[in-house]
Amino acid sequence: MTHRPEQPYEIISDIGVEKGAEKLTPERIREVIRRYLEEEGGARLRVYADTCVHCGLCSDACHFFLSNDREPRFSPAGKVKQALLPILRKKGDVSADFIKRATEIAFTECNLCRRCVMYCPFGIDVAYLMLFVRRLSHKLGVVPQYIQDTAHSHAATMNQMWVREDEWIDTLHWQEEEAREEIPNLRIPLEKEGAEIFYSVIGPEPKFRAQLIYQAAVIMNVAGQDWTMPATPGWDNSDMCMYTGDEEMVARLKKKHFETAMRLKTKRIVMGECGHAFRSVHDVGNRFLGWKMAPVPVTHAIEFYSELFQSRKLRVKRKYDIPVTLHDPCNVVRGGGLHELARYVIHETCSRFVEMHPNREHNYCCGAGGGVINCGPPYTHKRVVGSRVKAEQLAEAAAKGARVVIAPCHNCHGGLEDIIKHYGLDLEVKFLGDIVYASIDKEG
Amino acid sequence: MATSGDMSHWDWNIGKKVIADLHQWRKSFEWLEEPYVSPDGETIAAVVRTKDGMFSVCVNGDLWETRSDKIWSLRFSPDNRPAAFVSNQGLWTIAVGGRPWLNTYEFVWDLHFGEGGGPVIVAAVNKGRYVAVSDGVPWSQGYSFMTGLVVSDDGGHSAAVVQSAAFNPGDIFAFQKGCYTVAVDGRPWDRSFVNVWEMSFNPDGTRLAAEVRTTLYDYTIAVDGRPWDRSFSSVWQPKFNPADGSVTAPVKVKGGWTLARDGEVFWDQRFCQLLHHYHSPDGSAVAAIVAPEFARWSVAVNGLLWPKTFNHLITDLTFSPDGKHVACAARKDGRWTIAVDGLCWDLAFDMAWTPVFSPDSCHVAAKVEKAGRFFILVDGRPLKLEFAGAWNPVFSPDGCKLMIRGIGGSEKELSYCRYVFDMSGLPV
Amino acid sequence: MHAVFNFVRGPMAGIAFAVFIIGCLYQMASMWRLARKKDAVVFHYFSLFYALRSIIHWMVPFAALNMRRHPVMTGVTFVFHLCLFAVPFFLSSHAILFKESWDVSWAWLPDGIADIMTLAVMGACLFFLGRRIFLREVRYLTTVSDVLILFCVALPFFSGFWAGQQWPGFPVMTLVHMISGEILLMLIPFTRLRHMLFFPVIRGYMGSEFGAVRRARDW
Repeated sequence: MTHRPEQPYEIISDIGVEKGAEKLTPERIREVIRRYLEEEGGARLRVYADTCVHCGLCSDACHFFLSNDREPRFSPAGKVKQALLPILRKKGDVSADFIKRATEIAFTECNLCRRCVMYCPFGIDVAYLMLFVRRLSHKLGVVPQYIQDTAHSHAATMNQMWVREDEWIDTLHWQEEEAREEIPNLRIPLEKEGAEIFYSVIGPEPKFRAQLIYQAAVIMNVAGQDWTMPATPGWDNSDMCMYTGDEEMVARLKKKHFETAMRLKTKRIVMGECGHAFRSVHDVGNRFLGWKMAPVPVTHAIEFYSELFQSRKLRVKRKYDIPVTLHDPCNVVRGGGLHELARYVIHETCSRFVEMHPNREHNYCCGAGGGVINCGPPYTHKRVVGSRVKAEQLAEAAAKGARVVIAPCHNCHGGLEDIIKHYGLDLEVKFLGDIVYASIDKEG
Repeated sequence: MATSGDMSHWDWNIGKKVIADLHQWRKSFEWLEEPYVSPDGETIAAVVRTKDGMFSVCVNGDLWETRSDKIWSLRFSPDNRPAAFVSNQGLWTIAVGGRPWLNTYEFVWDLHFGEGGGPVIVAAVNKGRYVAVSDGVPWSQGYSFMTGLVVSDDGGHSAAVVQSAAFNPGDIFAFQKGCYTVAVDGRPWDRSFVNVWEMSFNPDGTRLAAEVRTTLYDYTIAVDGRPWDRSFSSVWQPKFNPADGSVTAPVKVKGGWTLARDGEVFWDQRFCQLLHHYHSPDGSAVAAIVAPEFARWSVAVNGLLWPKTFNHLITDLTFSPDGKHVACAARKDGRWTIAVDGLCWDLAFDMAWTPVFSPDSCHVAAKVEKAGRFFILVDGRPLKLEFAGAWNPVFSPDGCKLMIRGIGGSEKELSYCRYVFDMSGLPV
Repeated sequence: MHAVFNFVRGPMAGIAFAVFIIGCLYQMASMWRLARKKDAVVFHYFSLFYALRSIIHWMVPFAALNMRRHPVMTGVTFVFHLCLFAVPFFLSSHAILFKESWDVSWAWLPDGIADIMTLAVMGACLFFLGRRIFLREVRYLTTVSDVLILFCVALPFFSGFWAGQQWPGFPVMTLVHMISGEILLMLIPFTRLRHMLFFPVIRGYMGSEFGAVRRARDW
């Protein structure tokens, strides 16, 4: 009773996948897959793959499935069936073409958002299974070009965006200088040993969104925080290697990050508004290194802002009065339970809030997460088409009056901006930090 | 002001010296950054902004003559000279003891000192070419990319990871051919790697070992440009044995992490993790921060585990000068303490710094912090001194005395003091 | 015929129970061993509170959002599983067999109720088959073994009902019932039917991860 997909899939050309697959031989595929099945294919892989009763109840969880007219091959279990089960059944005796297709599914048709875990009666972690496929793709050298290039950047510079050591420090100086126009005594303390807070950001902040560092510096200074940022590699908390399956690099990146915070003898890491980086430091990288939880406690920006408002270290001068809605990012909500704190901060800073539906743990992914947006332009169309339900959800919030969608996550920003553009929605995407910055009393 | 790195020339007379009244500094400067203290404790310095809106460094109350648009990374050299990066009109250099180098750069960073009165070494960039600069003298060859500058103990040699071949943005296959190498004193190794990471010089600075990746999957150690024959699924920073010159590194093999020496597995034990290892000064022992199992941390000395484990973290491992004792900072259930030879001090703090052994290896002292107040512990007991800021304690060369550097007093009277105690007369 | 009947009722029943019990124990033990060897981290994140929180939410009908989204499927699934377990244990004729064989007894269901429950199991199997045929996303996932398993589950109930009603050919049907029931029992540890064993394990682990680490709900 096997069925062919009812819609044929379009082959997307990607040099990382194409050229990588050209180097494969059946023997190499078999040897690599068998080795990693033997070394790393543990109880979770077996139990998840064997327990699925093919009931299809996970389907309604997946935005790709819902957005593609309930096309079965986009259902979570459908992706497992296509990308993983033949590998297990044939013990690695699969073709290079199969690996190409499995790579495309695992890297670009699943955001690893874990929504399906909440819809599967057993709680089978399809994200784990897709990551296992990505791990095999990495070991076989078949990875989409753009995200592989990002992984290379991580390896060469310890940050996501090829930012050089001097460029990083220079950007901090520049933002400090800019911010002093507004707050004359503002400081971004570099390498301040023993500071309470180690503030870390992701590579795109110094590269493209330096104003976020500016805003963070303003918030830190207004709230009188004892904080520092490092002047060495280790400042970047992001981690695309987590999504390419290069676990050895994940461990290296997180070691550098945590040990930079330890070197400065800081008590905790406060991180900017990033989702995947939160997953990496809270849930993934620490495990690869042997730490049960982050060795230096990590506080996500949402939690940090809420702390500052609760302790009255930040006060609102004028509430943000453009109606806002909130996108709950998977990695900090399903992955960190920060949804109520985000609403608390919005309640403190905004006068009009429109709730999106579904929301909190049940929110739809932005379509960009899990490294999907990082696979680059070849997959953009597929990504936005696969986010139609997200567009409908946004449109519904807009219809209720929302004009701004707050997304406390970088990847969500990218994803939502693409969706808004593609579907012609009248919404602007902002970080929670943008709203906090705009509304607080900076005199203090 | 003392200028010698030779500790025996420092003032080891017992007593308290008030070096500076920081409350006065606060009143004098609208902008006062966190202070730094010289190794001999005689000098305290901080970046300040003067009334003309320019930046300077206040050293024991006196300002550097130089005024700058920007100053950062103020640190003391081992021979007690304050140094910092200074910028004027967009050009950067380093000022040592208040005197800027003559050469300026588009940017300078990553400050290193040779021990004793050794050179000052920094990373610098001009017109897109990256170099290390030692006492004002740049490498003869510049590179399009440089990271991870390291210097030998005496500061006589410097090395950094540099880019050896150009590749276009997004050319993942060119990258995977290997475009990085190490430049030692400006000269590149003749072999390139996919990546090069942490490096270590040998004690006299004549050899260099580095973590490298020869493909995306094969990790090994390269010594003076030559990789070990065997590769591993991962490696961490290599170190030289000071006695026999062998190179050791944590490596990941089937079954877990262990220690390798000169390319071969050296320890029989396998660990869930082996993060850092250290050779004793005489090279007779190796200690490592290890996780014998997931989420349990301990120290292995010559492969043998301390019976005590910690559920959070171990850092700042240090050997005694005689190589017979090992101490570290450890965090358990969220609180920090000091552990020596597997025994924990029965005190808990919010933070602990690297423990310091006395030269005779008989005593251990450490700086700790609790609720924003700093304390000095000696052999597990806190001294009856409390500071608003403190630096690591320093033993006299004969081990009979202990120097403590701390900022004490109230908000209205913050003074930086240098204390010397006889070990038999510690305020406990 | 009589000899076959005696074999099926006696030794084969013993074998079936033994295979079932030992098979289940083996599956659990081998999975435990594999987890210890390659997935040791999972034990560190296991939290009894959050495991039970999740399991309970998924054991109570309509407590999880996806159950409310599929009310018919949820209703049928719960009735099916309830009857699937209750009928074999609490059927009067089974109780007599247990009493005769092992001298253990407990309360049993009135035959009329048991008949309805048996029909419910068969109806549910038809419903599941219908889903596999008519729902695109389920059809896409369905394999031959999924249908065979459904058949294997339905057969003992079908034959048992037939035998119970003493319809024509019921002695043969009794035999079919006993054999198919015993085969089903033996199949549990070695087919997807072992989801029965792993449901609490996976749900408990995921509940622990979601609750203790990710501070979120998983229902």
